[in-house]
Amino acid sequence: MNAADPVVQMQDVQMVFTSVDGDRFTAVEGLDLEVGSGDVVAIVGKTGCGKSTTFNLLLGLERPTSGSIQLLGHDPHKEFDWFRSKLGVIFQTDRLLPWRTALENARVGLEILDYSEKEQNDIALQWLHKLELQGFEDAYPHELSGGMRQRVGMARAFCLTPEIFFADEAFGHLDQSTARRLREVFLELVTESRKTCLLITHNIHEALEIGSRLVILGKPGHVLADMETPTNATRAEMAEFEDRVLDIIEANEVVG
Amino acid sequence: MESEATRSELSPARAQEAWHARLLSVLAARKEPIISFGVILAAWQVASFFLPPYLVPGVGAILAAFIEIVASLTLLGDVLTTMGRIFLGLVLAFITGTILGVFMGFTETVEKYTLPVLHFIMGIPALSWVVFAIIWFSHVETRIAFILLAGCLPNYALIIHDGIKSISKEYLDMLRALRPTRKQLFSKLILPGMIPAVLTSWKVNLGLAARVVIVAELVGATRGVGNKLLLAQELFEMPKAIAWTLVLVTFLLISQFVILFLEHKLLRWRPAKQGGMAT
Repeated sequence: MNAADPVVQMQDVQMVFTSVDGDRFTAVEGLDLEVGSGDVVAIVGKTGCGKSTTFNLLLGLERPTSGSIQLLGHDPHKEFDWFRSKLGVIFQTDRLLPWRTALENARVGLEILDYSEKEQNDIALQWLHKLELQGFEDAYPHELSGGMRQRVGMARAFCLTPEIFFADEAFGHLDQSTARRLREVFLELVTESRKTCLLITHNIHEALEIGSRLVILGKPGHVLADMETPTNATRAEMAEFEDRVLDIIEANEVVG
Repeated sequence: MESEATRSELSPARAQEAWHARLLSVLAARKEPIISFGVILAAWQVASFFLPPYLVPGVGAILAAFIEIVASLTLLGDVLTTMGRIFLGLVLAFITGTILGVFMGFTETVEKYTLPVLHFIMGIPALSWVVFAIIWFSHVETRIAFILLAGCLPNYALIIHDGIKSISKEYLDMLRALRPTRKQLFSKLILPGMIPAVLTSWKVNLGLAARVVIVAELVGATRGVGNKLLLAQELFEMPKAIAWTLVLVTFLLISQFVILFLEHKLLRWRPAKQGGMAT
């Protein structure tokens, strides 16, 4: 794989679910997407436009009905095990295992990679501290606030030094100020790592804040628009851009 | 450290006073159950004044019979025999039930075939199994093992199955994104996720097992609490009948306590319960 090759490549991807009664539901249809190395891309769209399905397909948790998906030149579903330690994922809810402490949760990916216990703890502690969780290493998830739990979730992803970061509505359930602070931290760490990052969100504000590129998904999952986010824009220019994005989403709503 | 230092400085009289105060506060914290049992004991004792001792023996007579059992090695052996039967039967049922429950949890075909059958078996009264066992098997230990297997295996399997099914897909997806081996997935998610269900299954089955084993021991057993209860009934010895029952209940409570202790140790991660209906 060359450095110029796309890190993420989806070609004409289709995903159709068939229910027990035989009803068919198309979640993703004709989805094409390319993301280059080091890009930070935000994927926006309304609820039910196949964002979560796209996310699961990218992680290789589901097999597309047709089309091809390549991450780093490999198929995330067919070559499932090849992706050990390569994907850093931050989920909508923190998904911390309730029977593990913050430290034990943060190091779970390293345990899977069979690191020595000392290495596991050293790396996990380093990230927990970087994410300002000193003193909470031995706390169970229920003893932490929502923002702290999501920080542990971030530590779990960053511990692996993965090739690609995925975030699925990672800040959606937090209160506004906590979400904003965490977004900043996240962006800082991702930029520092120079890795590729895909952020899925329904929040346009969040998308503009983090992504340097904006991909708008329409129903059923396909690319409606793909644009650069304005840099150094004035408040008014930003608002105008936001309006344009909303218009595109709403136009798709009317047709759909 | 500090409190220890202060305690050693206390004079013997003051120390005794402090100890009394502590005892009183411990008792005061448990005053409701103490009062309940006190009232029951008093009512029983009063009844014993008016009714013949072979129907309602006095508290003292029961206590004497109780002490006789606990102090005698051979008699205590009967209790241990019964407890041993219960535990062996439960362990057998637990192992087979867990294997079945795990298969059901992971294989839809197995689940579809076995779930209705297990629910049907659960509807069969434990006493029916006792009758079947007596007809089918002549050996007492075989009968008891069979009864416990039939009575508790479905229960274990269903609870374990339920425990596995209730492990959230969210956790599963989170771990699968990390690409664990099957073994890692089992040790990091399935096993710890199952523990609450396993503890519940033991709590439920211990009580059930004690009841059916006693009944099974009434027929053909030469040892065990059931056998001793039968002898007491034949000889019309009410104090002994009650004392044997009390001894068994005591042992069962100790077992329940052990499970509660394990629960406390293993489920430390659970948020503390916040009040109940009563508060």
